[in-house]
Amino acid sequence: MEQRSTEGDDAAVETRGLTKRYRGGQLAVDALDLSVPRGSVFGFLGPNGSGKTTTIRMLMGLIEPTSGRARLLGEPMPRAARSVLPRVGALIEGPALYPFLTGRDNLLRFDAADPTADPRTRVPRVEAALDRVGLAAAAGKKARAYSLGMKQRLGLAAALLQPRELLVLDEPTNGLDPQGMREIRSLVRELAEEGTTVFLSSHLLDEIEQVCTHAAVMAQGHLIAQGTVAELAAGSRGRLVVTTPDPADAVRILKEHGVTDLVILDERVSGELPMSGPGADDAPLELADLNAALVRAGVRVRAFGAERASLEDAFVALTGEGFDVAG
Amino acid sequence: MSRAEELGPRAERAGTVDLGAPATVGTGAPATHMGERTGARTGERAANAPRPNPLWALALFRSELTTTLRRWRTLALLGVLALIPILIGAAVKIETSDGGSLGGGRGADGQGPAFFSQITNNGIFLVFASLAATLPVFLPMVIGVITGDAIAGEAGAGTLRYLLVAPAGRTRLLLAKFTTSMAFCLIATLIVALSGLLTGALLFPLGDVTLISGITVSFEEALLRALGVAALVALSLVGIATVGLFISTLTNSGIAAMATTVGLVVTAQIVDSIPQLHAIHPYLFPHYWLSFADLLREPVYWDELVKNLGLQGLYVAVFGSAAWARFTAKDITA
Repeated sequence: MEQRSTEGDDAAVETRGLTKRYRGGQLAVDALDLSVPRGSVFGFLGPNGSGKTTTIRMLMGLIEPTSGRARLLGEPMPRAARSVLPRVGALIEGPALYPFLTGRDNLLRFDAADPTADPRTRVPRVEAALDRVGLAAAAGKKARAYSLGMKQRLGLAAALLQPRELLVLDEPTNGLDPQGMREIRSLVRELAEEGTTVFLSSHLLDEIEQVCTHAAVMAQGHLIAQGTVAELAAGSRGRLVVTTPDPADAVRILKEHGVTDLVILDERVSGELPMSGPGADDAPLELADLNAALVRAGVRVRAFGAERASLEDAFVALTGEGFDVAG
Repeated sequence: MSRAEELGPRAERAGTVDLGAPATVGTGAPATHMGERTGARTGERAANAPRPNPLWALALFRSELTTTLRRWRTLALLGVLALIPILIGAAVKIETSDGGSLGGGRGADGQGPAFFSQITNNGIFLVFASLAATLPVFLPMVIGVITGDAIAGEAGAGTLRYLLVAPAGRTRLLLAKFTTSMAFCLIATLIVALSGLLTGALLFPLGDVTLISGITVSFEEALLRALGVAALVALSLVGIATVGLFISTLTNSGIAAMATTVGLVVTAQIVDSIPQLHAIHPYLFPHYWLSFADLLREPVYWDELVKNLGLQGLYVAVFGSAAWARFTAKDITA
């Protein structure tokens, strides 16, 4: 471990200028500089077709980058795949199973594919993984009879066959019922507490907000933001919300103090807080002063506060409102 | 607002995780409730780079073989193969039950299938007749289905990506698939041979065997020669098996790869039967297939046997390399 920190690559996942251009000429991922700190639960966000899956496939050595490099647990991919991947568990683009094998035999097969897996502990490890995802009772059923949620759990179990340093989970709660989603989320937290870095791609922003410490946002092959979830949410500035029976007066006073983008909705006035006070050299606007100013001007204030921006606001601000899938 | 409150604990947790990270990450000492697995694992992890098991290739090969054998489709194909000698035996038995000789009126053209007329004299000839009957179409078809599906089928089902991130290793996985294909060439051939032997023993007399060249050998020696013939037939199939594996690396559709491989078998057989195309005949993988009969001569005619094995070896070398080059460089997008 000492060795790693002196090398300065304590990132679980790191890419530099990672680019993938498909044979048709389509640029799927463009110069991606991603850095996933060890120990983090990292949310990987982006609209459909933004290059998330291509990125994950490049990280896992399934597709060759056109240019740039990727490091997993400090080692170059795909060159060091043999030594790195046994320490990485992955769920990529949904589960894939042998329908004619039982759940248990599916896991035995995937475990046999790992040359570092000890065959003597194979059976207990498979049972433990099944138990961990709540599939112990259905382990003897043919995978063809599994529901999507059960398949998803089995896919997760395959990722947990060995103790992992990094888990790459692509849409892990897809197809799960609300209880299943909760279970997976608590499983992810549990794993994170054990020290496993979790790289989680999801389109469910609530989910990311609930479990992730860090996040990155992709759009059209570009990385447009990354940082802690709190930073990202703060990036889209909060809005001031004033509830008052005198909205017209409130708007006037607020405008004088530099609040922009004012919207009146019945008794609710909201607006964008300025970066600094009215004078350019002023210190950042103190919310209490703003409230005092409203009251001094005779505006009756029922509620006053800054509404914290959610990750969803940040996401939409970054990727745009458009619903169209990126071409 | 409530959002802000929700963010509170998470932001706090983010902090602790960051602080805790250097101490816990990578040491492999997870929380207590992981139980006794932890102990063994910490020791394992201390060595850091996971050591591959010396029997790595064997584990994957075994998994590959049993997985293929447990498919309903594989069993059905092998079942059909086992049925063919029984059908031939029964047909010969019925046709000769009135004491007449096999072939009757149509025997005149002299091009009836080899060995068939001998079955009634000695049941062991059912082995040779069955192999001669299945080698041109049935056996390569079964091999084509199994090898064509080997990689393309896994790619189509998506299991290929999980095998590769396990990480199976591309060369290692291809090697396991290749070995399994070879094993299936042998298994399929042995099933035909054994079914032929059993049916022959049940329906017809056994005893000393008169070889094609007219020399009589003991039944034991004939059995040994039958084993040799089975081995030759199995080796005759390795060419098409490797071609099937190569085709399998080209597509993500198992059905397409199977159909292409089986189509190729049929095409090669047709081309091989067109005299005007004799210039390319020596390079077609089925061209020397029926040379296995030369093992039933005394002395054995080695010429074509050796040519057959050389040709199959050439196909394995060329298409094996092509499959390796393709598979190790392929983007796995399915």
